[in-house]
Amino acid sequence: MAAPHPRPDDSSPAIALSGVQFEWKGTGFRIAVDAFQVARGERVLLLGPSGGGKSTLLGLICGISTPAEGKIEILGTDLSTLSSAQRDRFRAEHIGVIFQMFNLLPYASALENVRLGLAFAPGRARRAGGDADAADVLLTRLDLPEGKMRHRPASGLSTGQQQRVAAARALIGGPELIVADEPTSALDGSSQERFLDLLFAQLDSLGASLLMVSHDERLASRFDRVVRTTDVLRTEAAA
Amino acid sequence: MILLRLTGRSIANRWATALLTVLALAVSIALFLGVERVRTGARTSFGSTISGTDLIVGARSGGVQLMLYSVFRIGNATNNMTWESYRDIAGQPEVAWTVPLSLGDSHRGFRVLGTTEAYFEHYRFRGGQKLTMRAGEPFSDLFDATLGADVAETLGYKVGDPIVVAHGLGAIGFTRHEDMPFRVSGILEKTGTPVDRTVHVSLAAIEAIHVDWQSGARIPGQSTGADAVRQMDLTPKSITAALVGVTSKLKTFKLQRFINEYPEEPLLAVLPGVALQELWSLIGVAETALAGVSAMVVLTAVIGMMAAILSSLAERRREMAILRSVGAGPGTIALLTVLEAALLSLAGAVAGTALFLTGLAVAGPLADQAFGLYLPFTLPTAREAAILGIFVLAGIVAGLFPALRAYRISLADGMTIRQ
Repeated sequence: MAAPHPRPDDSSPAIALSGVQFEWKGTGFRIAVDAFQVARGERVLLLGPSGGGKSTLLGLICGISTPAEGKIEILGTDLSTLSSAQRDRFRAEHIGVIFQMFNLLPYASALENVRLGLAFAPGRARRAGGDADAADVLLTRLDLPEGKMRHRPASGLSTGQQQRVAAARALIGGPELIVADEPTSALDGSSQERFLDLLFAQLDSLGASLLMVSHDERLASRFDRVVRTTDVLRTEAAA
Repeated sequence: MILLRLTGRSIANRWATALLTVLALAVSIALFLGVERVRTGARTSFGSTISGTDLIVGARSGGVQLMLYSVFRIGNATNNMTWESYRDIAGQPEVAWTVPLSLGDSHRGFRVLGTTEAYFEHYRFRGGQKLTMRAGEPFSDLFDATLGADVAETLGYKVGDPIVVAHGLGAIGFTRHEDMPFRVSGILEKTGTPVDRTVHVSLAAIEAIHVDWQSGARIPGQSTGADAVRQMDLTPKSITAALVGVTSKLKTFKLQRFINEYPEEPLLAVLPGVALQELWSLIGVAETALAGVSAMVVLTAVIGMMAAILSSLAERRREMAILRSVGAGPGTIALLTVLEAALLSLAGAVAGTALFLTGLAVAGPLADQAFGLYLPFTLPTAREAAILGIFVLAGIVAGLFPALRAYRISLADGMTIRQ
C-alpha cells in the first residue's frame, strides 16, 4: 500500500491510448485500440453494443488489466511504469468508477458505501476532509433523502437511489476522472435524466473528466463528444 | 478501520452460514478442551489421591488392581491377607508405620472402610496434606463412624446421627446389619479424593457387624446384642490391604522383596508411584485415541469452515469487484478472506471456551460424584490457552486456501461484476 504516488500533471489529457493490444488469457478474445483520447474536463460517451470490448477497455483504463502492447496514459501517467499495487493505488486516488448496477455492498449503509471510495485513497480522503461530512454533503447534493435511510443497509434503496450513492462514491474526494459503465441502463427514462443532471452538476464543480459507456443513443446530446466503439476498437474472437 | 468493519458486516450478511460454522468450531474446540481437561484431571486426581505412602500391601494379584481397590475403591479385592501376616509385616524393623484397610461393606452406596486411628495420622493426599476434621472427632468407640465430606453432604448427616451399615456394596444393601447401629462421630473436610465418599469405622467395628454372619449370610436364629458384642474378642482375622511407611526410603525395596517373598501366604507389595505409572501406560492408549479423535473433530470443523468460506466466494464476486474498483488490490481481497477465517476461528475459540467452561461447571460436580474424578472449575490453564492459540492459528492457515482462490478470482474478474 505504501507505493509511491506519482503526481499527474495538469496539461496532459485525462486518457490517452495508443497502439494498445490486449488479449484475455484462455478465451482468445482480443481488442486493439490504435488511438483514443479524452481531454481534461471533457465528457465523452462511448456508444456501442454490449460484447464490443467496452468493459475490457475500461479495465485497461482503470489499470486492472495490462495491455500486451501499446501505451496507456492516464492524467499523464504511463500505467506501464507502475507496478500492479501502484496501479491499484492510482485508481483509488484518481479514478471514480460507476457500474451498471449492483454498485453497492448491500449490507453496508449508503454512507459507508460512499466512504468506501476513500478507503484505499488517503490523498482523496485528505481532500474530502472529515469524510463523514463529505459523504453526507455529497449524498445531499445527489438528492438522496436525509436521515435514517443513509444509515440503513443499501439493499433497501431503490435502483435510482443506489446509482446516486454509487455516483457519490465515485465523486467523493474529487478524483480527476470518472469512468461509468452503463450507469443509467437499469434506470427508467426520468430517473436517467435526473441521474445525469446530478452527476453533471458535480462534474462541473470538480472539473473532472467523464468517460461513459452506453448502448443508448438518446443520451448522446448531453455529451461533449460521442465516439462509437467501432471507430475506436477492433475486436477479434478466438482464432 | 472500515475494512475490518465491512468484513464483519459481510460475515453478518451471511449470518446463518457463519453461525453454523462458528457453532461447529465451538463444539469441536469445547470437546477438545474437555477431553484434555478430563485427561489431565484424571491424572492429577489419581496422582494426588495417595501421597507419603511407600508401599501398598495386599493379597497377591496385580499391582494396578491392588492399588485400585485399596486406594481408589474401584473394584473389589479377590483375596484378603491374614491379620497374622499384617502383624508380622508391621513388626519388621524397616517399617515406620502401617495403616490396615478392610473393605467390603457399604452404607447407602458409599463404601465402608475399617481401619485404625493410624489412618488419620498417616494417610496423605495432594502433596502431603493430612486429613482434617470439619466437625467432630475421628472414631474412638466401637460403634463410631467418621464420614467423608461427600457422604455427609449427600445423605445430610450431622455429628451424632445414627447410621446403619449394610453388607455388600449395592446402593440399597438388601442385607442390612440393622442390629448394629452406628453413630456419626465426625465429618472430614473435602479432599477431592475417594476419602470423601467413604465411611470410616474401626477394624473392630467391621468384625462386630459380622458377628452373626457367616459366608456372607446371616446365621439363622442367632442375634447378638450390641452390648454382648462389646464383650467379644473383635480382633480381625483378615484385612483387605495395608498402607506401609518405611523408616528410610532406601529400605523400601528390601521390604518390598520381603513381602513379595513372604513364605506364609502369597502377598504383594507395590510402590504407589510405580503402580500409577503402570496404570497410565495401560490407559495411555485409550487416552491417545481419545485425544486423536477429538483432534480430528477439530480438524473436521476447520475444514468445514474452509468449505463455507470457499463456497461464499462465488456469491461475493460482486463485493470483490466493487472493492477492486475503489482501489483494493487482489492482495487486499485475499487478506480480507484470511481476516474472515481469523474472525470466525476467534469467535469459535471464544464460544468454544464458554461452552467448555459451562460444561465444566455443570458436569464437573457430576463427574466427581459418579466417578470420583475431581475436576475443579478453573479458567483455562496456560496449556489450554496455548491449545486455543494454536486453534486460531490453524483457522488462519485454513483461510489461506480460500484466500488464494479469492486472489485468483479478483485477478481474473477485475472490475467485471458477476452475479
